[in-house]
Amino acid sequence: MPIGHYLVLSGLLFSIGAAGVFLRRNLITLLMSVEIMLNAVNLTFVAFGRQIGEVDGQIITFFVMTVAAAEAAVGLALVIGLFRHRESLNPEAFTTLKW
Amino acid sequence: MLFYIFAAVTVIGSLIVVSQRNPVYSLISLVGAFFGLCGLYVLLEAPFLAVVQIIVYAGAIMVLFLFVVMVLNVPREDAAEWDRAHPLYRPMAVRVGGALAVLLALEFAWALSRTAGLSAGVGDEKPAVSSVAELGRVLFTDYMFAFEVTSILIIAAMVGAVVIARKREE
Repeated sequence: MPIGHYLVLSGLLFSIGAAGVFLRRNLITLLMSVEIMLNAVNLTFVAFGRQIGEVDGQIITFFVMTVAAAEAAVGLALVIGLFRHRESLNPEAFTTLKW
Repeated sequence: MLFYIFAAVTVIGSLIVVSQRNPVYSLISLVGAFFGLCGLYVLLEAPFLAVVQIIVYAGAIMVLFLFVVMVLNVPREDAAEWDRAHPLYRPMAVRVGGALAVLLALEFAWALSRTAGLSAGVGDEKPAVSSVAELGRVLFTDYMFAFEVTSILIIAAMVGAVVIARKREE
């Protein structure tokens, strides 16, 4: 399988994730779109790592997964805190930092 | 052939995530997309990574998301609010966003057109490094510092999440 296929697929996934971040009005779906983008990058790392025959691509992917887990935990905690204040998940409801 | 099946599963799953109004359906299809990616990792001869993908993403992170969706109990986006306040209905935002999307597409096309050897098969020249032992050796020697910093990051994220999500007593 040519590496170009993996790169195109990865670009497609990244675009879908970016579109989700810009179009959706739900904080939880926003976080899920970020996960899609991170996974698109992971796929590129692994494909290139396989191409050059090194293990580094997989190692970087481990680190990305760890950061994604930390990001999801903190992001969801923030979502819970915000929802307690406004009873809404729409980012438009949080345009002021102080209330 | 298998590549196209897994790629289709991943892309369709991601599209459903972005287009679905109900967050629970989005989550389930995101798990499906992660299974597609897991298959792609197996095709790239990274079996340990494929297993970690399922355990960490589909297992841990998605369950965390599902917990939050069910705790908050907001099943779907408000359609009326979507129509009234969505940025897609602001002409200026649409123009800037459209320009950015075209720029992104051009960048992808440019990067792909400049990459040499796109039609060479993945890993035709080099043998795969897929043994867990080799992975662990590199992780605990060359990437030792990054590994330790990651553990600090996880502790900080855990404490931060608990502090932020805790109920205020006052």
